[in-house]
Amino acid sequence: MEILYENVLLLFQNGGWQRVVMWLIGALLIYLAIKKDMEPTLLLPMGFGTIIVNIPAVYDGALSTLFNAGIANELFPLILFIGIGAMIDFGPVLSNPKLMIFGAAAQFGIFFTFCLAALFFDLPDAASIGIIGAADGPTAIVVAQKLGSKYLPAIMVAAYSYMALVPIIQPPVIRALTTKKERMIRMPYKGKEVPKVVKILFPIIITVVAGLVAPESIDLIGFLMFGNLIRECGVLNSLSETAQKVLANLITIFLGITIATRMNAAEFLQWETLLILGLGLFAFVFDTAGGVLFAKFLNLFLKEKINPMIGAAGISAFPMSGRVVHKMGLKEDPQNFLLMHSIGVNVSGQIASVIAGGLILSFAAGFGLFG
Amino acid sequence: MFNFDRFLFALQYMWKGMLCIFVVIAVIIGSIYLMNVIHNAVAKKKALRQGEQNNQ
Repeated sequence: MEILYENVLLLFQNGGWQRVVMWLIGALLIYLAIKKDMEPTLLLPMGFGTIIVNIPAVYDGALSTLFNAGIANELFPLILFIGIGAMIDFGPVLSNPKLMIFGAAAQFGIFFTFCLAALFFDLPDAASIGIIGAADGPTAIVVAQKLGSKYLPAIMVAAYSYMALVPIIQPPVIRALTTKKERMIRMPYKGKEVPKVVKILFPIIITVVAGLVAPESIDLIGFLMFGNLIRECGVLNSLSETAQKVLANLITIFLGITIATRMNAAEFLQWETLLILGLGLFAFVFDTAGGVLFAKFLNLFLKEKINPMIGAAGISAFPMSGRVVHKMGLKEDPQNFLLMHSIGVNVSGQIASVIAGGLILSFAAGFGLFG
Repeated sequence: MFNFDRFLFALQYMWKGMLCIFVVIAVIIGSIYLMNVIHNAVAKKKALRQGEQNNQ
C-alpha cells in the first residue's frame, strides 16, 4: 500500500505528468495497431513497452537487458533482415532489370531530408532522421544506432508509422505530380522465366557489389541477401519457411518491445520529436516525388512511355507501395495492370534503401561523423 | 540550433549519395544482364551439343 501511495505521488511530482502522457502515447500506439491495423506486429509491442517503461520508478529491468543484447549491437534488426530477404521474390526485377533504376531515384527523399534535418540537428542525428525515408524499419534502426543518435525511438515511431500510412501519403503526391493521361499509360508485361542459377547468383553479386562500393552496408545487405539465398537455393526450404515466419515474427516481437525502453518521458517528450515526425513525413513525400519525377524525365527520351506512377513504388515499403500504385492505375483505367512493374520497382527500392543506409554510414565513417 | 552552414555541408552529400546509388544500381543492372547473357549462351551451347549427339 505504501509503495502504491509513493508511486502515485511520484506521478504528480517532478514532471510525473509526462509519464501519464507517455502512457497515453502507448495506448495510442496500441489503438492504432489494433483498430487501424497499422503495423500491428510492431506498434502493439512498442505501445505496451512504452507503458511499462514509464511506470514511476527508474526502469532497469529485463527490457534494458534485451536492448543491450539486441538493439545496442544492432543484432535484432539484422536478424530480421534474414526473414525479410527470405520473403522477397526478386523475380519481377530479374526479368526486367531496368526497373531497378527507379529504386535508386526514389531514395532522393533520404538525402534531401538529411540536408533539411541538418538545419536543426547535428549531422549524425540528421543522417539518422533522413534514413526514415528508406521506409525500412531495420535499416533506420541500424543507421540511427550506429550513428549514436539519441532520437532512435522517435525515428522508429516515424519510420514504422509512415510505412503503415503509405496508402494515405503516396496517392496525393502521385496525383499532384502526374496528369490523368500519364496515369493511364499502359505498360504491357513481358514476363520471362528467370533461370534458377541467376536467382541464386543474384544475392551473391548484390552483396559483393554493395560491399565493394559501400563497405558499411555489408551487414545490412549481407543479411538481407543471405535470407534471399536461403529462399532461392532450393535445398533449404524448411529454413526458408522458418526465416519467413517464425524468425521474423519472433524478432519483430522483441524489436518492438525492446525499442520501447527508450520511449521514456524524458527522452521522448521533446519538441525535437515533433520535428522528427515532420521531417520523416517530408522524407516519404520526397522519395515518392523523386521516383515519379525521374520516370517523367525518362519519358522525355523514351519511345515506349513508362507510367510515371511506378516510380513512386521505389520506396522500400514492400509490398504496400507496389499495391498502391497498382490500385491507382486500375482506378484510372480498369484494364491497366501495373502490379508486376510496381512490385519489381518496389523490391528494387528494398535493395536501394539498404544501399542508401550503407552509403550514409560510409560517409559518416569517412568524414568522422560518428556519434 | 538553426545552422545553415551544416545544411550546405550536408548538401554535398546529397548529390554524392544519389550519384553513388545510381552507380551501384547501374552496376547491378549490368551484372544481371551479363548473367542472363552468359546463361543463355551456355544453354544454347548445351542444346547444340545435345543436338549433335542425337544426330550421331
